[in-house]
Parts: sequence; C-alpha cells; structure tokens
Amino acid sequence: MTLFGIGFATPWLLLTLLALPILWLILRAVPPAPIRRMFPGVVLLLGLKDDDQVSDRTPWWLLLLRMLAVAALIVGLSGPILNPEDEDVTARNGPLLVVMDGSWASAASWRARTQALDGLLAQAARDDRRVALLKLTAPEPTSFQTADDLRTRLVGLTPEPWEPDADQVDRAASLLPEGAFDTYWMSDGLDRDTRSALLDTLQDRGTVTVFEAGQTILGLAPARFEEGNIVLTARRAQTASARDVTILAQGRDPSGNPTVLARATAAFEPEAATAETALSLPSELRARITRFEIEGNRSAGATTLPDDSLRRREVALMAGLEDREGLELLSPLHYLEKALEPSADLLDGSLMDMIPANPDVIALADVATLGAAEEEALLDWLEEGGILLRFAGPRLAASDVSRDREDPLMPVRLRAGGRSVGGAMSWGEPKSLAEFGEDSPFFGLDIPEDVTVTAQVMAQPDPALADRVIAQLTDGTPLVTRKSVGQGQIILFHVTANAEWSSLPLSGLFVSMMERLAIAAGNAAQPSAEDLAGTIWRPNVVLDAFGSLSDGSTLAGVAGEDLVDASLGPDLRPGLYQSQDRALARNVLSAESTLTPVSWPDDINVEGLDRSEETPLAGWLLALAIALLLADILASLLLSGRLSGPRATTAAGIVLAALLMPVQPAQAQSTEDAFALAATAEVTFAHVVTGDETLDEVAHAGLVGLSETLFFRTSVEPADPVAVNLETDELAFFPFLYWPITPDQPTPSDEAYSKLNTYLRSGGMILFDTRDADIANFGTGSPNGRKLQQLAAPLDIPPLEPIPEDHVLTRTFYLLQDFPGRYNSHDVWVEAAPPDAEQVDGMPFRNLNDNVTPVIIGGNDWAAAWAMDARGDPLYPIGRGYSGERQREIAYRFGVNLVMHVLTGNYKSDQVHVPALLDRLGQ
Amino acid sequence: MTTVTTLRQRAEEEAGRLPALLARAEHLAGTVLLGEHGRRRAGLGDDFWQYRPMQHGDALRDIDWRRSARSDTQFVREREWQIAQSVILWVDQAASMRFASDANLSTKADRARTLALASAILLIRGGERVGLTGFDLPPRRGQAQISRLAELLSVDTPDDYSEPEARGMIPQSRAIFFSDFLNDPTVVEAALTKAADRGVRGALVQILDPSEELFPFDGRTIFQSMGGGVVHETLKAGDLRARYLDRLAERKDRLEQLSRLTGWQYLCHHTGDSAQSALLWIYRAMDGAHR
Repeated sequence: MTLFGIGFATPWLLLTLLALPILWLILRAVPPAPIRRMFPGVVLLLGLKDDDQVSDRTPWWLLLLRMLAVAALIVGLSGPILNPEDEDVTARNGPLLVVMDGSWASAASWRARTQALDGLLAQAARDDRRVALLKLTAPEPTSFQTADDLRTRLVGLTPEPWEPDADQVDRAASLLPEGAFDTYWMSDGLDRDTRSALLDTLQDRGTVTVFEAGQTILGLAPARFEEGNIVLTARRAQTASARDVTILAQGRDPSGNPTVLARATAAFEPEAATAETALSLPSELRARITRFEIEGNRSAGATTLPDDSLRRREVALMAGLEDREGLELLSPLHYLEKALEPSADLLDGSLMDMIPANPDVIALADVATLGAAEEEALLDWLEEGGILLRFAGPRLAASDVSRDREDPLMPVRLRAGGRSVGGAMSWGEPKSLAEFGEDSPFFGLDIPEDVTVTAQVMAQPDPALADRVIAQLTDGTPLVTRKSVGQGQIILFHVTANAEWSSLPLSGLFVSMMERLAIAAGNAAQPSAEDLAGTIWRPNVVLDAFGSLSDGSTLAGVAGEDLVDASLGPDLRPGLYQSQDRALARNVLSAESTLTPVSWPDDINVEGLDRSEETPLAGWLLALAIALLLADILASLLLSGRLSGPRATTAAGIVLAALLMPVQPAQAQSTEDAFALAATAEVTFAHVVTGDETLDEVAHAGLVGLSETLFFRTSVEPADPVAVNLETDELAFFPFLYWPITPDQPTPSDEAYSKLNTYLRSGGMILFDTRDADIANFGTGSPNGRKLQQLAAPLDIPPLEPIPEDHVLTRTFYLLQDFPGRYNSHDVWVEAAPPDAEQVDGMPFRNLNDNVTPVIIGGNDWAAAWAMDARGDPLYPIGRGYSGERQREIAYRFGVNLVMHVLTGNYKSDQVHVPALLDRLGQ
Repeated sequence: MTTVTTLRQRAEEEAGRLPALLARAEHLAGTVLLGEHGRRRAGLGDDFWQYRPMQHGDALRDIDWRRSARSDTQFVREREWQIAQSVILWVDQAASMRFASDANLSTKADRARTLALASAILLIRGGERVGLTGFDLPPRRGQAQISRLAELLSVDTPDDYSEPEARGMIPQSRAIFFSDFLNDPTVVEAALTKAADRGVRGALVQILDPSEELFPFDGRTIFQSMGGGVVHETLKAGDLRARYLDRLAERKDRLEQLSRLTGWQYLCHHTGDSAQSALLWIYRAMDGAHR
C-alpha cells in the first residue's frame, strides 16, 4: 500500500494510530507518578491543602512528545518504505527474463546496473519468481531458475566491449525460453536497428520494462594526426547541456610505469554531440602513449588506442651524391622525401651524426661503400631493430660492393653492372612487376599497369635468394630483396629512388610499399579494406568493456579486410593488432560512428537509474521514537523535580550520558610527530586502511596476533599495529605493510602512489592479500584479483615468480614449504630471482644475493589466520579440527618467517658463506 | 551462636562509633578552648584558699602539718568554697533527627550529639557536672562521665519524634535541649514550663537541615517522616513552599517566645553551617547563665 509516495509493509498496523486520541485522554488523566521523599518537616505540612484540587495534569507538550513517540513507533513498525518499487514487471509473479545489452556503453554504469539487477533479483527471490538472464552481446542458452541462484553469478557478469550485432540478436531471439514471461531489458541506451524486432518478439511473450542508466554515454573517436597535433574527438549520446570532459593520454614513463602523460579538455557545446580538442606533444612523448581515455568514464568506447597513424617514424635520408646543382626532380631522394614527408620525420645529415639519433629507418639512395666505422655503427643499429632501406643506382651498379661475397649491409650478392631493358640502346620491353607472392609483405597490393622498370641491378643467383625476394619483375628477376639482421632488416630496392631507372617512385604503389614496410607508417587516412587485403593481423592487446588493456596474444588472428570492415564481436575485439612491423588499432568507435540515444515506443515503461532508491524508513522512525522517549525521560525528570533536589546528580548523569551517547567519538588528531614517535619507538607493523571496516578490523586483529606470536617466540617485540592511511600517513616508519584487497577500496591518489613507490624502493615490503585463494587460483580473474592488478599497476614492482623452494622465506626462522593463511594455496608470488642465480655444489639452495622482496602477493587471507582477540584466542575458524589448527600454526610460522625476512633480509641466505668464512678464519 | 556474633558485631560497631563521636567532640571543644583564654572560673576541689588557726571542732585530719610545723599553732588548710553547677543535656534521639538531605551533610542527630558532647567536654573541663535528663545519667564530673555520655548519646530511639525529657532535673541547674523541635510544640512548652518551675534555665538548640529551611521540592510528592509514621501527599510541592516556610517561621517564633518567657535562650542551627559557631554560642550561653 502506498500513501504519499511511501509504501507500507504492514499498512493495517497504521489503524492503531486511531488509538492515539484515547491514549491522549488516558495519559492526560493520569498525573505523573509521585516521588517519595523522606522529610522530617512533613509534620509542618500536615493539613496543608493543594491550591488546585484537580490532579496535576501532564503538560500538553509532554503529552505531545509522548504521542509523537508512540506515533513514530507505530509508523515505524508498519514498515514504511520511501519510493517503493511497484507498478512494473517487477511487481508481477510470472517468470522474468532479464535481457541485458551488455555492451561497452553499459560499462561506465555497470556497477549501478548490477546493483539494480541485484535489487531486482532480491525482490524476485522474495516473490519466489523464476528468472532467466540473457546477455545480447554473448547470448547463451538460458533457462528459468531461482533468483538466488542467479544472484550468486552476478559477480561474474561483465559487459563485452562490442555491441550486439544482428547475428547475435537473432541468436538471442532463438534462445528465448519457452512460454510466456515478462521481460526486464537493461538497455545500454544506444540506438541500433536490431532493437525493434527483438522488442516485438519479447512483447509477444509478455510485458517489457526497460531499464536505462540515464548516464550520458561518452565515446572517443580514434585520435588523428593533424598539423603536428593529435586531434581527439569526444562524442556523446545525450546532447542537452554543455559539458567538459577531460581526455587523458595514458602511457608509460621512462621507467616503464603507467602514468598520465598528458591531459586535454574537450568542451561540449549545448546540443552538440561532438567536441574536439588538440594535443601537441613532442614525438618522444607521443610514442609512449598507449591509449587515450575519458577521465572518469570507464568504458571501451571512451578509450581509443593509437596505432601507427600516430607514430611518426624517424627516417634518416642519405644519398650517395647530393647534386645540389642539379634539377630537384633528379635528386635521388626527391620521391622518397615526397612519399615519406606526410607520415614521417625526416633526418638529414651525415651518417655518423644520424645514427646516434636512433632513427627508425635509414634510407641510403645509391650509396655504395661505407667506411668501416660507419658500417659497424650501422650493424649495431640494425641489431637493435633498425630498418636499412637501400636503393640501387649507377654508383652501386658500378661498385664492387657485395660482388664476390655478400656484404653485411646488402641482402643479396649483386652481379656486376646490372642491366638495362627497353631503353633506346637495348632490346626488349621495359619490364613490369609480377604479382606479389603470398609471403611478401606487399601481398594484396594492386599493381598499376604503368609501372615499368627499365634498369636494375641484378641479384646473383644464390640458394638463399628465393627467400629474400619480396617483389620481382614479370621475368622473375628480383626487384626488392630483404634480409634480417638481428632484430632489424635490410631492404634493397634494385632500382633507383628517383624515376631514372623505373616509374615505380612515381606511382602510388611506391607509397603503399613504403607503408607495408612500416617505413611510411600510417598516413593520415585509415587504411581501407583493399589496402589490407590478404594480410593477417594478430591481436597484440585487446580492450575489455571497461577500457582496460589485456594481452591478446592467445586470440586468433584477423584478416586485414575484416579488421577494417567487420563489426566488432567475440572474433574481433577492439584492440591493437599487429602484422609484421605494422600496428593497427581497431577501436570501438570509428571516425565516422556517432552515438544515438535509443528512443523506445511510448507503450514501453522505461525506468531509470536516477529513480529514487527504495529506502526503508522503519529504522529512522524507530530511532526517532527512541529519541523522543529519551526526551520524555528528560522532561519527566524535570517536571517531577528530580532534576533538582537530592539525587539530582544521578539523574543529571543519566541524562548527560543519554545526550552524549550518539556523539561520534572524536577521532584523535595526533600530530605527525606523535605518529612518527609511536611508529618508530618500537617495531610496528601496519595495515592499509581499505575503508571496509570489517576488513580493517580483521587486518588489525591479524597483525595483533602476529605481533603476539613474535613476542612469544622471537626476540622481535613489536608494538601494537597501526592502521595506515596511504593518503595522509608517512609510510617510511613501517618495515612491512599488510594490504588486504577488496574490490571496493578506493584507488590511491598519485601522491600516495609516489609515496608507495618511494617506500618500495627504500626497502619496504607490502604483503598483498587478495583473500580469495579459496575460490580463485592466482591469475584467474576474481574481483579481488582484478582490483589488485588495477591497484598495483602504477607500483614499481619488479618481475615476480611463484615463491621458489629455496627462497629465503622458507628458512628465515622456521623451515617451511607452505605459506598458508586461512586458505592454503601455493600461489604466493615474490620477486623473481636473478636469472644468473646458480646453485653451488653441496648447497641445498641457490646463492641468491638478492634484496628483501618488495612485494609478496597471495590470496591466503593471512590476517584471518593470525587474528587474535584480546585474550589471545583465535578469531576465525580455520579448516577442520586438528589439521586446521596445524594450518594456523604454519600460518603463524609463515608470519614469523615473513617478519624475520623483512627485518634481517638475506641473513639466512648469506649463511651459505659460513664454510668459506670459517675456512678463512683458519678453523 | 548467631546472637552472640551479632551482638559482638553490633557492640564493636557501637564501640567504633563512640570514639569517633568523642574525638569529634574533643576536637570541637579544643577549638573553643583555644579561643577562650583566661577562664575566670576556678576549678573545683584542690585550690588553696587560706590557712586559718585550728579551731575547736576541726578534725585532726584537716590539719596541715607542714604549715603547722613552721609555727607553734596548728593551722587548718582551707580550700576554696566551691559550688559546682549541674548541667543536664537532652538530645533528641528520634528518627526525625537522622535526616540529611545530602550525602555531604551530617545528619541532624550527628550534629546534635557532637554539639552536646562537645559542650559536655567543655563544661566538665570547666569543672561542672554534666548529665542527662531523666534518670539514666545524673550529673557527674570526670572523664568517665564523658565516656558514659558518649555512650548514651549514641543510642537511637525508633520513634518518629520524641518529646523532651523533663524529668530528673535538679533544681536551679542548667539545661541544654538539642532537637529539631518539629514535634508538637506543646510538649516543649510543657517541658520548659516544668523546668522553669524548678528554676532550671538553659538553652534550646534547634538543629535543622538546610532542606527543611528551604523546602526545595517540586512536583507530585509524597512526603513521609523518617519512620514512615507521618505521610503527606501533595500534587504540587512547589505550591506548598510558601505556606511551609510560614509555618516553620511560626514554629521558630513560638520557640523563641517560649524561651524568652521561661528565661531560656534559643538558637536555630543548620547542619549546613559550621558546628563551631553553635558551640561557641552554647558556651557563652552557659557562661552567661553562670554570671
């Protein structure tokens, strides 16, 4: 029942409010209870009559107070609920189908969505309804089951980084359960063609209610490069008001830690769906950008990955003879410069000057011989991944380079002289290009008719020649050859870089070939499907719906034309794809795509997230009733004179206690000095405040238990553990931080991270505990594990490995091989041993002269195992019976070992030297 | 068995209380002595007055042989002619006296006993005989009398209110009555008249609790006497205050009138005030009565 927007669980109880007037009359008739007082002077009172013969009535305001208290009690007990949920499919009784779009557009509000869904399922469970769940982006056969079953799976429900396409919607429609049911459609808010058909199907089966988050959907179009600036375009679906969005350029700092490299603000005008902003960055910084994202909007659509189109390669150009006096068009580098200029930064100068600048590509046009120093420098540079692009020419043809023996800087041996065909003084037609073979990087490029070759240098036939040819003429003579040197490669065009020997540099094919060779990587325009025909791209990193990057190397490769044209789906995830040396990003939003909000038919009931939440008021009303009754006590005491006279102090004390009770205990604001003194006077352990009160208590109790254990068993006598707020407290005082992970804890600020990094670098240790080893093996994504990855990403953490058997942690105090907490998982990770660690003969462990590991990561919920109450009794059960107690004991031992490791470092590891020391002492 | 142990226990409790009362009274008496130098009253008994020649009829044992040996005649050592005054006390032991409105205040009974015993100590030191009215403890001298007084003063009676004991009063002696005098005033009148008839003069010390003087009560209250014998219920205690205070003033006035008529002196003392001032007043009252 609903009254004034307030629903009541037991509305009939409200009828008791009718009894209030009667109660009023009764209370009015009954005077306040008398006090008995011993008073010897009573004899003087004998015979004195009260002026007012009528009994002393309770004053009206006290009556009102009591009436209010009783009324609040009655209303509170009748279970009032503000904004009760009713009047939609959730209030019905039949089976319920929850349809989720589950696309990237719902990722930003995913948490709210799952909460709303959880509330829906909770209500369905109360109503004993059966519920089925269908995610359109990943339709799976579904059946109606109890809502409670479904609720347990909500945690694992994640959106997909694509939108449901027609195939998926068709499949979803074919998977609909039998019979009639109501539908609750959690829409992502974006319009798409497939909606109406599915909506009709669903409406045939029952009522449809639509849920929309009401949050503005933001998207980020791929970044483009314009006039030296990176242009970022933000789009939005709801265009009503002006709004600023901040776009972050995420990347890695020089030490490899993720950081925000730059930020730009794009301002949406009112009624505008797009906003642009430009970012001018030095190329060095630009090259380190891994993604752009809209601040505060975690979704794949609000993330865009830059690819080669943003990378400007540095190309060093050098010609054998710079004929400055000659015609520009005859310059050996003219066409190369023209082809590369739009997409690459060109360097000019002497070779020895240019190599230290570490260009991506060095192009040598008709350069025959190089000095020994130059050759050595070039080879070093090639080893590290440079691309040496060479063009033939008269000088190369005339020289003896790579004649008898393959020159290290040439892919093939050359025959003397070269050849000339189709000229005035020669026989034959100018040669055209043969189709590119499948192994060639140029495979799939169209060859224009008018590209001809009139002269070339000839490759010496050689067993290795066939593998090195990547383009050839129709008569089978090589036109482009390639050889790998270290991580780099040498590419030789057997023609000149100008139009002297062939018309190739004049054609568009030349530019395409440069692109395929990743030399002219990415011009401003996105490649078309034809450009990429025949190539296979393998995913390098892929985006999930929340815009986080993950490794895509386990996914199947994608054909080039699909990469451009096909819609995103499970087979084509948004991400960065790589083919040979080229990288291409497939983003959720393309340059053209727009975000259109969906408009539902009028007969569909659309709910929003902004709908006020159902709030039970009973607790507040009952609290009000109690407060009023307390006030009544005070007033009654005052009226009956008990606040004065003898025993008033007792009454006043009670009143004072009642008044003070709700006052929050003031948090002791200790000064920094006091904090430092307290933390440093004795060994003090600390745990990171997560904001989850229960968890913090467990962590504290755990450290108390560990401290007690250390106190009894070792010479370490720690003080009481401290809760550390990463934002405000100094960390340097603590030898070790215990950091339990909960998915809800706030991510520390940048300052806190820099403090943490300083702490780690200066020898501190953090014990990360995901506390989920019972359900998640390390690496399989539990919410805690994901949160840990997110929290630890900005930390300066060295490579890790599962704790090896000979790690010093296994023997700092006790000899241990297991590191159990409340759970006994073996997935405990520590800093990896250096690769050159060797086992010494006769020693059971390797000679690891490493530091204290800065992090230990595991999920065994150690604090719960260590936790002790004030009497020293364990707080949480572990395992069963004796084996559980044994596990707790081992957990304590692990804690002791851990603290010993923290405090003594590699002392135990150094004991391998004991024989040598004894030997040196002459014993 | 039980009776023996409880008896013993109670006896010890009583014994424990007695020295406390004594000590308090001694202390109080001491403060007064310090302030009153040059007592003009001679002690009783041993003071030399004069030697006179032995006359016929003097007993041999009265001859002062030392003085006689220095001359040829016998001398009799004559002591000062002394009439010791008898002071009799009456302390109200009723339940109404065992009232204190605040834990920090002493009960009226306590104050009355302390004052009574302190006056007794002073008077005995001054050479008077002190006793209680009635026939339990006739006036005597000496430290033992103080102990006996203390013992008898510590006895509580169960009555709500008691009337002054006017029997056993020695004619022409002095008397001090300690009470709250909340009882029916006619009995006090009767007692005082009887005393005046016998030529006894003295002092009335009315001891009241501050709350009895101020009546700081409000609200619906049932007042009852300490023994519970008298009960009065009121709905608005505050309304009664003025009339109560009137009655109290009337009572005090009547007592004062009465004492003036009979040649007594009247003091109203509050337990909230210092006991010393009351003791001084009593001492002066007794002193003045002598002269």
